[in-house]
Order: sequence, then structure tokens, then C-alpha cells
Amino acid sequence: MSLPPPDIILGGLVRGSIYGLVALGYTMVYGILGMINFAHGEIFMIGMFTCVFALGLLSTLLGTTTLINLLLATLVAMIFSAAFGYANERIAYRRLRKAHILAPLTSAIGLSIILQNFVFLTVSKDNISFPRVYSDQLNKVAFTLGGVHFNYLQFTILGTSLVLMAALFFFIHRTRLGIAMRGTAQDQLMASLVGIPVNKIIALTFVLGSSLAAVAGVMVSMYQSVAGWNSGYIWGLKAFTAAVLGGIGNIPGAVLGGLIIGLTEDITCYYFGSNWRNSVVFLILMIVLIIRPRGLLGERVADKV
Amino acid sequence: MLRLSNIHAGYGYSEVLKGINLELNAGEIVTLLGANGSGKTTTLLTIAGVVRPQAGTITWNNAPLKATSPDEVLAHGICLSPEGRHIFPRLTVLENLLIGGYRLPASRNSAKLDRIYTYFPLLAERTKQLGGTLSGGEQQMLAIGRALMSEPKLLLLDEPSLGLAPQIVARIFEIIKAINREGIPILLVEQNAREALRIANRGYVLVTGQIVLSDTAENLLASDEVRRAYLGES
Ligand SMILES: Nc1ncnc2c1ncn2[C@@H]1O[C@H](COP(=O)(O)OP(=O)(O)OP(=O)(O)O)[C@@H](O)[C@H]1O
Ligand SMILES: [Mg+2]
Repeated sequence: MSLPPPDIILGGLVRGSIYGLVALGYTMVYGILGMINFAHGEIFMIGMFTCVFALGLLSTLLGTTTLINLLLATLVAMIFSAAFGYANERIAYRRLRKAHILAPLTSAIGLSIILQNFVFLTVSKDNISFPRVYSDQLNKVAFTLGGVHFNYLQFTILGTSLVLMAALFFFIHRTRLGIAMRGTAQDQLMASLVGIPVNKIIALTFVLGSSLAAVAGVMVSMYQSVAGWNSGYIWGLKAFTAAVLGGIGNIPGAVLGGLIIGLTEDITCYYFGSNWRNSVVFLILMIVLIIRPRGLLGERVADKV
Repeated sequence: MLRLSNIHAGYGYSEVLKGINLELNAGEIVTLLGANGSGKTTTLLTIAGVVRPQAGTITWNNAPLKATSPDEVLAHGICLSPEGRHIFPRLTVLENLLIGGYRLPASRNSAKLDRIYTYFPLLAERTKQLGGTLSGGEQQMLAIGRALMSEPKLLLLDEPSLGLAPQIVARIFEIIKAINREGIPILLVEQNAREALRIANRGYVLVTGQIVLSDTAENLLASDEVRRAYLGES
């Protein structure tokens, strides 16, 4: 068995960077509230839909199809997803913060189903297509190596993901708000005693995670050319898996977990065919967790509290 | 400057404080003594806005303290350094200090840090160390330093000597005294009644949620009742 060719590796990294971007939202919310936001995949899906519709609107309104429209549409998608993420926290989670952990979790699952059905019933029952005029501008061969083509779209996705991850890391470690966010995640009572508006910081966490998920949604719909009301389910589940693999609550862990899962998936497809990808991904997850329950970069539970 | 009048407070349906009356004047150190579970921490948490009073009023500088959350109380200059220190374990020493001045302009940070480092030179050597890896004594110093970053007009300290070696305890009490000499009044909750009364102007004794005794520190140190119950003498 030979090593997988470079285009398979690149494909895996592209996929993995998207998982990582979505996983950050799971891990940030877990870090600050200790709950899994199962509706996060739907926030990603709302980003997909918003972008596709915004692109349609911008093309007709402006009469142009430049990449500037794509940037604007991505921005609109981020705002929409952030608004939904914020509303989710406000409506479905905030009142349950002091309740048993199963209460917000169940609320999140309910919300996920409601959002899927809402889009299914009111927006589109079928997959919608990403306008090719935009993706074709990026889907060009950048260079050829050993007979394999690499295109700009893949590098755009990988580059965007990495830049956003670096920006988030900078924000969390170097800014006043970022330190407040980490403080709130570590000790909520003390955070309120030093004057941090804890509710606003929690809301900000949802807004940030949701905006990242929106960008991921835009890139997936562009990469795969389609989006559907149920796209958030499998992408969300895999991203959640990535967060757990990396150590839930740990920011670099989410990125690492995402890349590992993305690579595993594409390499499995290459050797065994795409029917095997999900089984192998989850098999690896189970093995890692049995050996190391806290995930690759996770702290011991005792340290967390 | 601070007055609690007939404060009732507790958790859920249980009433812990059953009508507390307490007063603290400008420049004073007042200590609150009492056995485990008598409600000392609850008193401080109620002043700090963490626990809502069920009845009674808190007056701050002759006006009712209408704050309903800890950050609003802090905005009035009332700062609580809670029992157990609550150092942010995965923030560095410097980050722990900076977060203490969260709602204040960053331009004043370096002057405040200098002052804190003169009290606690040890902290200056460990700015990059994670809070969770400090020793108990170091964490207590950091907790007081962090409280000073908020430029408090009143400092509430809950058992700053808890679990510390005697020399460290002496050092902590010295610094509390020094902070007070700069004009910051302090409400000090302590198990270590002897040391607390030694630096305090006045004291209150709390028994199951009620003040049973209140006098100058000197008189309390001399009183038979206090000596027997809180100073371990017979
Ligand atoms: N979060 C809480 N929920 C319910 N009851 C509480 C809570 N915190 C404290 N209590 C109860 O309130 C009473 C007073 O507690 P408090 O912590 O104020 O006492 P304390 O005087 O500070 O004691 P210690 O010296 O042990 O610190 C105790 O009976 C305690 O069990
Ligand atoms: Mg106590």
C-alpha cells in the first residue's frame, strides 16, 4: 500500500479545517457553559442558506458577479448565524443555566430539530445550489504537481480557516474581552465579582462561534455546490466529534481534532471507498477516547472545575 | 459609610441571616467573627450582591445600595475577595491581576501594578506563572492584589488566612493593615479571631445568623465570652 497522494492529503486538510472551524463553536460553548450546543450544526446550515440567497440577491441588485459579492454575502451569513446563535442562547439556554445538565442539552436537541424543520418547511425541501458563477471563479487550477491538479478554492478554504483560527486565538489570549471570556469559563462567580458582565460574555461566545460556523457553511456550500436543510446534521456531528477528539473545551484541540478527522476521512475514502469513511472516523474516536477519555489536548476533569 | 439594617438573607427557602445590623465607618477595620456556618460568608455575599437580601436595607454613603448584581456593587467601589480565594487557575498571575481592574481604564494599570508589587514582590517574579500553580499563600497574595486592582472604596475579605502557615498569616495581616492605612476601610471575616481583633478597630460576633455581640476590638479581646468561644482559652 503506497502513501496517499498529495491531493488526497490537501482534500483532507481542507475538510478538516472546516470541521475545526465548526468545532470551535462547540468547544467554546462547552468551555463556558459546560453544555453541548447540539443546535450548532443548524447555525452552520443557516449560514449556508443565507449566503446562497444573499448571493442571488446581490447579483440582481448590483448586476455584477464579482468576488466582492461573495465577501458581502459571507458577511450577511455571519450576521444571520450570529443572530440565531444569540437568540438560541437567550431563549433556549439562559434560563436553564442552573438546571440539571440534561435540561439545556434536551433543549438544544429540540432546537436543532425545530430549526431543521423550519428551513425544510418554509425555505426549501430540496437541496439548493450554490451559484456557479462565484465558485467557478475560484475553482481554477492553481498548479499541477505530478499530474494532480490543485485549485484555488481549496487554498482559499484552508487559508480562510487558518486565518480565522489564528484571529480567534489572538482574541482569546491577547485582548481584554478574550481574557474576560477565559475567566468566565474558569470561574463564573469570580468573573462576576471582578465586574465582568457574565451574561454578555456568554452571549459573545455564542456570537463568535456562530459567525465562524457561518463562514464554514459558506465554504462547504461553495465546495460541494449544494446546501440542504439537513446539511448541518452530519457536518455538525463530525465537528462535535472533532471537538471531543481534541479535548472538549480546548481551543487548539478543536482545530487538531478537526484536521485529524478530515484527513482520516479522505484517506479512508482513498483506500477503502467512501462507504467506510464514517465507520472509520467514529472507530478512531472511540479508540482515542478509551485510551484517553479527556481527548488529545483536554485537561483532566479535576483541573477544569 | 456602610450600614446593614435588619438584613435577612439565605439560599432558596432557608434563611441564614436573621436580621443583621452592622455598621462600618470610614477608615475602619471591622471584623466579623463566628463559628462555622454562622453566616459570615453569607453576610459578605449579600453585601457584594451575590445573595439577594429577603428583607432589610444596605446603605452605602448615606444612600440605599440599589445594586442587584455583583458588577453593579463593584461599580460602587465595594469589592469582595471571596472565601477560598478563587484565583483563575488557567490565567497567568498578570492576567489575574489585570482582570481585577476589568471595568477600569487600562491606563491606570501600570501604577496599580507597581503598588501591588511593592506589597507582594513575589508576584512580580511570577507574572507569567499560571494562577492554579501558585501555593496557597501566593494565591492569597494574588487574591488581595487582584482586589486592589479594582480601586476599592471598601474591601470585603473572607478568611484571607485560611489554611496558611503562621508566618504567611502574619505577613497577610500586616499587609491588610497597611492597605487600611492608605485609607481603605476593610470588613474582615476571620476564623483567626486573635489576629483579626489585633488589627481591627471593632468587631461583631455572629451566632446562627444573628449578631450577639458588638464592641471595640480591645474589649472583645478582653471579654470572657470571646476568649472562651473564639480564642480557644478556658
Ligand atoms: N449555596 C448555599 N446553598 C444553601 N445553603 C448554603 C449555601 N451556602 C451556605 N449555606 C448555608 O448557610 C449557612 C451559613 O453559611 P456561611 O457560609 O455563611 O457560614 P460561615 O460563617 O461563612 O462559615 P465558615 O466559617 O465555615 O466559612 C450554613 O448553614 C450553610 O450550610
Ligand atoms: Mg465562610
